[in-house]
Parts: sequence; structure tokens; C-alpha cells
Amino acid sequence: MTDIFGLLKGKPEEADYKKKGVIVQGITGAYGSLHAHNMIAYGTNVVAGVTPGKGGQKFEETVPIYNTMQEAVNATNAKISIIFVPAKFFLAAAKEALEAGIKLLVAIPEHIPIRDTMEALDLANQKGAVIIGPNTPGIMIPELIKIGIMPAMPFKAGNIAVLSKSGTLLYEISDALTNSGFGQSITIGIGGDPINGTRLIDAFEMVKDIPDLEGLVIVGEIGGDSEEILAQRIIDSGFKKPTVAYIAGRAAPKEKRMGHAGAIVMGTYGSAESKVSMFNKANIPVAKRPAEVPVLLAGKIEKSD
Amino acid sequence: MQLLEFQAKELFREYGINLLDSISSTNIEEGRKHAKQLGYPFVIKIQVPVGGRGKAGGIQKCQNDDEFELKYPQVMNLTIKGEKARAILLEKMADIKKELYLSLFLNRSKRCYTIIASSEGGVEIESVKNQIIKEVGLGDVSDEIAKEVANEMGLQGKTADGFIDTLKKLSKLTIEKEAELAEINPLAIMQDDTIMALDGKFVTDDNSNFRHPELQKYQEKTAIEEQAEKSGFSLVELDGDIAVVGNGAGLVMSTLDMLSDNGGRPACFLDVGGGATTESVYEALTLISKINRVKGILVNLYGGIVKTTVVAEAFLKAYEDNLIDLPVFARLKGTESEKAKKMLEGSRTKIYSSVEEAINAAVMGKKK
Repeated sequence: MTDIFGLLKGKPEEADYKKKGVIVQGITGAYGSLHAHNMIAYGTNVVAGVTPGKGGQKFEETVPIYNTMQEAVNATNAKISIIFVPAKFFLAAAKEALEAGIKLLVAIPEHIPIRDTMEALDLANQKGAVIIGPNTPGIMIPELIKIGIMPAMPFKAGNIAVLSKSGTLLYEISDALTNSGFGQSITIGIGGDPINGTRLIDAFEMVKDIPDLEGLVIVGEIGGDSEEILAQRIIDSGFKKPTVAYIAGRAAPKEKRMGHAGAIVMGTYGSAESKVSMFNKANIPVAKRPAEVPVLLAGKIEKSD
Repeated sequence: MQLLEFQAKELFREYGINLLDSISSTNIEEGRKHAKQLGYPFVIKIQVPVGGRGKAGGIQKCQNDDEFELKYPQVMNLTIKGEKARAILLEKMADIKKELYLSLFLNRSKRCYTIIASSEGGVEIESVKNQIIKEVGLGDVSDEIAKEVANEMGLQGKTADGFIDTLKKLSKLTIEKEAELAEINPLAIMQDDTIMALDGKFVTDDNSNFRHPELQKYQEKTAIEEQAEKSGFSLVELDGDIAVVGNGAGLVMSTLDMLSDNGGRPACFLDVGGGATTESVYEALTLISKINRVKGILVNLYGGIVKTTVVAEAFLKAYEDNLIDLPVFARLKGTESEKAKKMLEGSRTKIYSSVEEAINAAVMGKKK
């Protein structure tokens, strides 16, 4: 099982404890450079960037740029990378990263062909690496490390884990949690694609044993059956921490893709009703509105005390 | 995209899957010619991108000219689950012994292609009994697996061979076109024990379109949807009267849900993507101005670093340019919201601090 905190934070005896190096693939693009800047401002230790043909240059006069991932990894020994390249080039970038020894790959781009995602995942499995995304806002431990495109403002350090398929709903709901006094121990963007490198159940496995965990928030949406599978896992594993869910897309028509490639109901497969009823079965309340999430969570925590 | 039956069958034919003779048309004059070519009896089948056509009267048997003249326009004028006929398929009547079910689909939680097959097809997948389910990795169905499936379905001899052949061809098609779903339901055993695909459903992965120029001709988009795509937006037209705009698919879906909970009816789902600039919001308003039924616009933008004044500018410009003449109910989470409110004073755009307030105002205050 993936020790996600080990990857993101490390252990106290390690020299780079709490400042694990991150490589940004596509650091000179408009999107990549904006978010590299924001990540550095947040405190993330961005140790290198990669853009073919720009090796030898520096990003914002401090971060060395390499032509290849192999060179960047050799120079920095980093185990984490974040990809900002256009969707068409994702598979090549991901392969390069995994071959170079990256163990945590955050895949930001949207519109990656499913076959490319599956191929990248296949390689990641062989290499014992984890892919977050694609089409994800990223992953963060608030106030420690941010590997993604999320704004800093909604998040605060604390003891609630948030797993979300959607980006903006992750911000919205974390904001509501923060305002109600619920900081977050970790937030994981699952991504809005049909195939997720880290599925909801995988993310659950990553967070369920956090020692100080006070609660879990699951932000799902229509499409697929990962919420149902997670609900079943929660039932089977006897997980008892206060848990609240939110599902977007109750009013969406069937057979229409709602913005995310994965947000589509086919027949009854992927419907909101199916997800809500499984969460109910797992005794997990489902909020009707994002703002209701902290209210329901507070109720659950009170009961569990 | 989801192909229509006759389009899926074009691909099936290309890959050598057995089909009955059929011809598609878009008007009755064409249809009459096809009727002569094909000869009675045949079946008139509406071409819509949704299921449940039979129940809705979209599939009719036709024995002679009189029936044809009556039924062709009937079927052509049907609306099924909000979808109008794109075309009509005339297909020879079949002498069937048994109906099977076969599909290959992208199993999202298992992250691989999966075969579903059953010897009891012809009904919707939810009601298909005795499903045989086999995971097949990235999609290649080997002889061995195909044989196993045929065996488990109890097929023998010629029918088993025909089924195995069909499954392998369907798998080749699925992989080569990068489909999310390829379904044949029913897959029929004919009186002479051959296997025929009587229906076809095919859903491709839009994100791989750039590798498949040959599928371009099946792309069906309204002018507005096409323009949205050019701007990098996602737009889904709906049948209500309040346009819903936001940034991020999840947030816009969530706004649709809350609007519906409060008795409002969304006219569209419009996701302008992660950020929000004066240009992108102005572009979104331009798109909405082309949807006639819209009586009000509900905007829900969440941006940690979005300047609401920038968004306010887009609204002001849209009124100034006479682009819109509609009330806008906006929830803008971001910086400088007090200043934005001041800018919009006296205009038809109102800013609310919570989405709930904006929704209530939209439901009450849309244009009468």
C-alpha cells in the first residue's frame, strides 16, 4: 500500500523531511510556469523543471531546467513530479518520468485519451509508482506541500481528509470546512476522467489510518461506480471515523457528458441515485449542497464523541 | 461521442461483422427509393442517440407501400427522451432463432476493457440475465477467451464459430477506434445458425478524436456547442430557461442541482474552465445570448485568485454592447467583491455572497 505521507513529507530522520523535492514537467509553458510560481510561493520545494530544448536555463532565476526527466532526477534525486504538458504529450512525459524513477506523478492535464492513461498506469504499476489524476487539481497537505493548481486560500492544516473528483468543488467544500473550523490533513484530487490513476478506494486506503484523522469527506459526482465501491469498502473495513459525502450531478440528464469526461450516466451506471443509496447503506450522510458538508460532519463528530 | 445505430453499423460492416441489409435516409423521398431497393417486408427504425426506441414506437414493421407512407412520417416525427430523429434506417426483416447480448466496455473501476455476454439478449442491459463478465486488459480478446465465452453461453458448432468471430471483430474495432463502449443487442442467431448484429451502439472517447479523423463525420454538434468547444468551454443544452454558468464541471453540476431543488429549470450547463477572465465571461454571455429560451442567467464562479471586478467588467460590457438584455444573478467568490458590487450598481446584474441567495433570486427574478 502506498505510504502517501512518506512520499509527500518523509520521515523526521530524513534530511529532506518536510521539504521533498518536486520536478515540474512543462515548467516553461504558460500554465506550468504560473503554477510552478504558486507552488513555490506556497512552500513546495520545486527542485527542477523539465522542458525539452530549454535545458541549462533557470526558472525565475533559481530553479534549474533540464531537457529530460532522467537528467532532472539524476541531479536532484526527486521522487515526485507534476505534469503540465498538453494532453497529446502526456503519455510520453509520464513514461519519461516513470522510467526515470518518479514514484508520485501528479497528472494535471485534461482531455488525455483513455488509452494513454491506461498505458501510463500499466507502467506505473510495473514501477511501483502512483499516479494522481489525470484531470486533477492535485494533492496537498495544507500549510506544508501543494502539488497542484489549487488556490491556497480555501485550505488550512487540520485533521479532515478530503477526496474529490472535482477541482472547484474541492476548493468550495474545503473553504466551507475551513470556515467551520475543520482544517484538512490532506486533500486528494481524484480527477474527473473515466480512468483515475488513484481511485477513490485507493485514496481511502492512503488516508484511513492517519493517526489523528477526525473525519473524512468524499466529494463525488455522477459517472462510473467508484463511489459505490468506496461505500462498500467502508462497510467491509469497519471504518468508523465520521464520514460525509457530497454528490454533484443529481439534476444532470442521462447520456450527456457534463464537462468532465467521466461525468456521464449510461443507463443506471453512474447515476447519482445509485451513489447516494450506497452511501446511505454505509450510514454516510450525503449533503444536498456544498455548504451543508461541514454541518453534517459536525453532527457526525458530535455523535461519535 | 455516441454514434447512431446506422453509423455504428457502418463501422461493423467495415470490420466484417454480419449485418442485415439496411439503408438510412433523412426524408421520405429518399426513403421511398430505398424501400424499392430493399423490398418488403422491412423494419423502419428511428435513429436517435438514446435507448428505448422500441417502447416509444420508434421501430415499426412495414409490409407494403401503404404502410410505408403512413409509418415513415410517423416515426420521423417522433421525439424520444427529448431527441428528434436524425435519420431513418430501413432494415430487412430477420428470421431469428434466438437473441443474444454482447458488449465490450471500458470498466472504469477495474481500469480495463470488459466483455459482457449473455444468451438472453434483446432486453435492456439492466434486465439481461445470466451475464458472463470477463475482464480483458487493454482490449485484446484472444481466441481462448472468445471460445471460453461462447462455451459458457452454451453455444455450439456453427453458432459458436460465428459468435467467436463476431467477438474478435468487435474487439478489434473497439481497440482501433478507442471506444468506451461497443454493444450489439440483440446479436441474433438466425434460422440457418449464422450470427447477425441486429442493433449497434458505439461510444467513442472524445479525447482521442485527434487520432481519428475518420470518425469526424459522425461528430454531431449544434452551432453553439461548436463555438463553446472553440472557446475551450463545455456546454450542454438543457430545456429550461435559466442559463447556468460557472468554472469547473463539478461546481456547475452542483449549481444545476441546487437550482433544480429550488424549482428552477436550467437552460444550459456552461463550464468556462478553471479560471475566469473578462474575455471568457464575455464569451460565455455571447453563447448564452444565442439560446432563445433563456430568461435569466445564474453565474457561480469560485476562484481563489479571481478578481470579481474583472468579471463585473464583462457583464457591463455585455450590456453596453447590447449582447444581453437579461437579469444576471451572480455569486462571485474572489477578491475585490465590494468594489465589483459598486461597479454593477444600477445594472441588471446583482451579486450575492452565497450561491443559495443567487439561486433564489434567479428563480424569483427571471424575466417574465
